[in-house]
Amino acid sequence: MLPHAEMVHWGFAAGILLVGLCLLCEAIVGPEVWRMRPWRKYLWPGIAFGLGVCLWPVMAFFTNSSIHMYAHGSWAEVLMLAGGAELGLVHGRLKSPLWRLTWPLAFAVTGIAFIVHEQNPWFFARSAFLHHLLGWTFLVGAVIPLALVWRPRSTVLQAGFALTIVAVSVMLFADRDVAPVFGHLSQLAGPQHR
Amino acid sequence: METPIVRHIPATAVTRTTRARVVSLLGPTTVASGLIWGILQPWRLTLLHPRGQGLWWLLIEPPLLVAVAGVIFALVVARPLLTDLEAHDASPR
Repeated sequence: MLPHAEMVHWGFAAGILLVGLCLLCEAIVGPEVWRMRPWRKYLWPGIAFGLGVCLWPVMAFFTNSSIHMYAHGSWAEVLMLAGGAELGLVHGRLKSPLWRLTWPLAFAVTGIAFIVHEQNPWFFARSAFLHHLLGWTFLVGAVIPLALVWRPRSTVLQAGFALTIVAVSVMLFADRDVAPVFGHLSQLAGPQHR
Repeated sequence: METPIVRHIPATAVTRTTRARVVSLLGPTTVASGLIWGILQPWRLTLLHPRGQGLWWLLIEPPLLVAVAGVIFALVVARPLLTDLEAHDASPR
């Protein structure tokens, strides 16, 4: 008895919202205060890594097609890589700041996967619209974590990174399996529910 | 004549207070967003009409997820962070 795909999106949206709020807090108070308690520095990288792990069952149980399997699998890999690299950096095991390049990589791969695996046009249904929007948000937003590699203490970039994550969460919460978007719903999408 | 009750407040202290206020507002704002969403779209809250709903519809309700995320954030992250921020601001440099 699997949940609907939209419910999986909402579950991930809640986790991503927590990551975004933590990142926003870190941007506001600064890394010095944020890391005053040892557990806190592992919090959002740990959630990100955990979300990557949770994407594997999504890949296994929500494989509508090969392209879905590749998309979910690649998200799981890059999210675990970026979260794991961040965990290594905050713990001190990893030294080179270039490990933070895993975040723009994760954004770019996620964006491409979103766009490629959504084969319907933008106004086919709400889920199609949001998949395109999420894909382009990730692709364009990849510039922010890329800039953070070279300007890691920039409050504006940190806040921009956090707000991008929160925006992704809002988009995922807005997702529905079959629902109109701005009044458009293709007849091929099937009957609308809820 | 001197006015000893008047003293200079450094600009950084004002900034820190603002930071603390923003942090303390993030959780309640998130909770309020979830509650407002639930009020605007009550059919998303299957707890209000649970008869005939499946397990997943009762477990995963988006407005509640937002509110719960806000509560967890406020209690687990924001509250201890505010304590640390105040301690950090109060410590001499």
